[in-house]
Amino acid sequence: MIAEFFQFNYTLTIVMAGAFILGISSGLLSSFAVLRQQSLLGDVISHAAFPGIAIAFLIMMTKDPLGLFFGAMVSGWIGTLFVNAIVRFTTLSYDAAFGIILSVFFGLGIVLLSYIQRVPSSEKAGLNSFLFGSASTMLYQDVITMALFSLIIILFIFLFWKEFKLLSFDPNFMSSLGFPVHKLNLLLTTLLVISIVIGLQMVGVVLMSAMVIAPAAAARQWTSHLGTMVLLSGFFGLLSGVIGTLFSNFIPHISTGPMIVVIVSFFVVVSLLFAPHRGLIWNWIQNYYYRSNIRANSMLVNMLLFSESQTDPYHCHQLSALTAIGRGPALRAMKELQRQQYVRNPEADLWGFTKRGYQKAQHLQATLFKDDHGY
Amino acid sequence: MGIEQLYIIILACIVAASCSLCGVFLILRRLALISDAISHSVLLGIVIAFFFVHDLNSPILILGATLTGVLMVYLTELLISSKRLKKDASIGLVFPLFFSISILLINLFAHDIHLDQDSVLLGEIAFTPFRLFSLWGLNLGPVSLWVMGVILLLNIAFVAAFYKELKLSTFDSGLATMLGFFPTFIHYALMSVVSITAVGAFESVGAILVVALMVVPPATAYLLSHRLSHMIALSLLFGILASLLGYLMAFLLDVSIAGSMAVMTGILFFLAFIFSPSQGILIKFLLYHKQRLLFSANMLLIQLLDHEGTHTEQTENTVSNLVIHMQWSYSFANKVVTYALQHGFVNRSNDFLTLTSLGREKARHVSVMDS
Amino acid sequence: MNAKLIDDDCAVLVQDLTVAYREKPVLWDIDLKIPKGVLLAIVGPNGAGKTTLLRSIMGLIKPAAGNVSIFGQSIHQQKKSIGYMPQRGSVDWDFPTDALDVVMMGRYGHLGWFKRPSKTDKKLALDALDRVGMADFSHHQLNQLSGGQQQRVFLARALVQDADLYFMDEPFVGVDAVTEKTIIELLKELRNQAKTVVVVHHDLQTLSDYFDWVSLLNVRQIAYGSVKDVLTQENLKTTYGGRSAFLTANQSAHNQS
Repeated sequence: MIAEFFQFNYTLTIVMAGAFILGISSGLLSSFAVLRQQSLLGDVISHAAFPGIAIAFLIMMTKDPLGLFFGAMVSGWIGTLFVNAIVRFTTLSYDAAFGIILSVFFGLGIVLLSYIQRVPSSEKAGLNSFLFGSASTMLYQDVITMALFSLIIILFIFLFWKEFKLLSFDPNFMSSLGFPVHKLNLLLTTLLVISIVIGLQMVGVVLMSAMVIAPAAAARQWTSHLGTMVLLSGFFGLLSGVIGTLFSNFIPHISTGPMIVVIVSFFVVVSLLFAPHRGLIWNWIQNYYYRSNIRANSMLVNMLLFSESQTDPYHCHQLSALTAIGRGPALRAMKELQRQQYVRNPEADLWGFTKRGYQKAQHLQATLFKDDHGY
Repeated sequence: MGIEQLYIIILACIVAASCSLCGVFLILRRLALISDAISHSVLLGIVIAFFFVHDLNSPILILGATLTGVLMVYLTELLISSKRLKKDASIGLVFPLFFSISILLINLFAHDIHLDQDSVLLGEIAFTPFRLFSLWGLNLGPVSLWVMGVILLLNIAFVAAFYKELKLSTFDSGLATMLGFFPTFIHYALMSVVSITAVGAFESVGAILVVALMVVPPATAYLLSHRLSHMIALSLLFGILASLLGYLMAFLLDVSIAGSMAVMTGILFFLAFIFSPSQGILIKFLLYHKQRLLFSANMLLIQLLDHEGTHTEQTENTVSNLVIHMQWSYSFANKVVTYALQHGFVNRSNDFLTLTSLGREKARHVSVMDS
Repeated sequence: MNAKLIDDDCAVLVQDLTVAYREKPVLWDIDLKIPKGVLLAIVGPNGAGKTTLLRSIMGLIKPAAGNVSIFGQSIHQQKKSIGYMPQRGSVDWDFPTDALDVVMMGRYGHLGWFKRPSKTDKKLALDALDRVGMADFSHHQLNQLSGGQQQRVFLARALVQDADLYFMDEPFVGVDAVTEKTIIELLKELRNQAKTVVVVHHDLQTLSDYFDWVSLLNVRQIAYGSVKDVLTQENLKTTYGGRSAFLTANQSAHNQS
């Protein structure tokens, strides 16, 4: 009984460590991928890495993690080179190049996998787990390899922080400063390849792309500062990795990869809706306010036009007259203005300026367009 | 060849033809990866519909799948229009979620049915002949052949009926709106057709190889054609060719049929990428070298003209000086000189070069154009 | 006021048009009566809302407020009487199609759904290409044409729409002198056939040579009327701010000569 418990805990520890590493490394890199509009490159790399795993296995005939990582990296890397070549030499767009490389490389991987099924080897059993990810097949040495690679990633991000920041923000400006933009680009893409390859065994080829988009997409909602965003997205990544593996450990039959993706997507949805400033709900409220403000302001300016034909600027007009020159739902605008004490409503259908409103209208008339268009 | 193999080959061709037909418009609208997103999302519809009807062969499954495909596109566009995320990130967020949910649903409630993960990704075209369609006791061949046949007809009917509208709204959606052709309607109609095609094809070749068939043959055709009609015809041709060659490869090497088809689409694309007469890298390479040669020959003539009749002529106007002065390699300098000799621009005696009258005229012409 | 009488002669009637992005007005309270048979330029600095005005008249942008009517009817009822030439950047020049095919697209509105172009449509398209001097290029692929040639193909496409009212967005941007001349001559020819042409324009130097009417726009309409009435130093200053000192000096010199 005690032995069983420890056994169980040993596996869980391994898995949690793996999820932790995966979450951090893909979370960190995802910020750069999303900001540089390379989100779908992750999808391509993870699929393109698949034949590399199969070839590495065919060469070694064992599932040595370092060898498989290496095979996946080389093949993912070649995939991105092909993408660049297609976009550079033809008029095909990036998304077509992505689709071509993603599907053809994956097809090659499937062919190789079906070939491996016929090869007599006791080791081949776990290769399928690279498709959807499987936490339970992970071993101590897998986690060590993952940790090694993710340390490399963290080190490089730390060393090249300033350069990567500029690269994501304004590569043209950067090359005018004399930085080797092309080489830095290559370095960042290589780090992206590494971070994807790290996660393949756990999340799987098919869903790894979500891990290099979602954490950053969620993090972006909460901050506009790159440093905070990278850290936050690393945090979202590791949190969803850990929670996802816990779920799949305790609920029978559940695959790890899809569970992690559902958790991280949950973070995205919550962030999209509820984050302050950029959150959609926040935005809806603000838009409502903007609209009623525009309506009210334009009503004030129109009333000013109207009252210029009168000797008394505070003369009250019928709502229907104001509607004729105004726009939109006049009554709602009036109610809003009355709430702000810009207009008064002495009789049922008669509306006129208050003193405050008259001044406001004159101020609007004079300044509304100056801010943006006076030179 | 047995009837079973014939069934498989015919099905492969029909799948490839359907996919490459609607794929043409995905490539032209720069929506290639929507095929990836849709082919993953339709699984959710299949799974949910299956929970209602408990029959894997029910047409309700196709309906459900099409609806989720279109729903995914709608949600993606909603995300894009919220302006919180860029187009690529929006696409990359929604479909993995749909796919994950469907895998989890299978994990939880249906782990004993044959909708297992591998067949979702890899397809099972090899099992085609085992599910037969019979009506009033008559054996009418495999069910998937019938389903896919109808889907192919739908594709053909769609493109034929809306050819003009598809072309206009793809090329210039502003004008399409102006002329009252509702580009949004066309867009969602296309997305529905792509979804239906993905559902049908996905059973045979799996979710990811649907992408290969929808994207790669049209992209190959794109490199080789200047007219939409040619592109469609070539795309169909390459799709069918890839499935025939793919079957052959799978048969000879005893490997996955669907995977081999995808590899073959890739090989055909690679050939077009190299040999296309307008976009291929071979023609670009040749043009580059031809231009470099022409440019260098002009440089040579100007150099000769500049030093003609001066006291340094004997040392400047030599082949060996060209190597130093122009920083050309010996072999390239010889190539340029040979070109100039062949066109009668220069005379050569050993190392020393002189202009012919034709060459002098040409040199003057070129230097005038330069200034 | 004899507003009623004038309205009947209007090709386009815009009332109180306001377009806003969030709190910022892009167009504010535009009133515009464009009579039939004029060549009108919409002029203003970058970000003045010229394209927005054009697109909202055509119903491609939903305004926050205001009304637009075309020949006294809503835009949807009058779609067939409108020809449109978009900005050059708005289409995919690598699309696999040739010049003739692009011009033929102008006939699609007359064909309606499902119907295919006939021999007559093809002949009309070839005639239009001939009118813009592009008859020899009918089977050239789009990306083989120069900027000016592409623009002429687009003009030909607008011509075969056989409309009564044309909208053109910056047709002179990035074209050679020959093309510019071809385009303006055709526009004048259209005007002489009592058609109405509305052009988004940015070049003040050519304004009085090319156009009869002008609308000076900078979010609000600064001035509107015949070119010689509207093109005053003061109006230009209001439209462009102090920035256009050079342009206005040039312009007045040009006017006096």
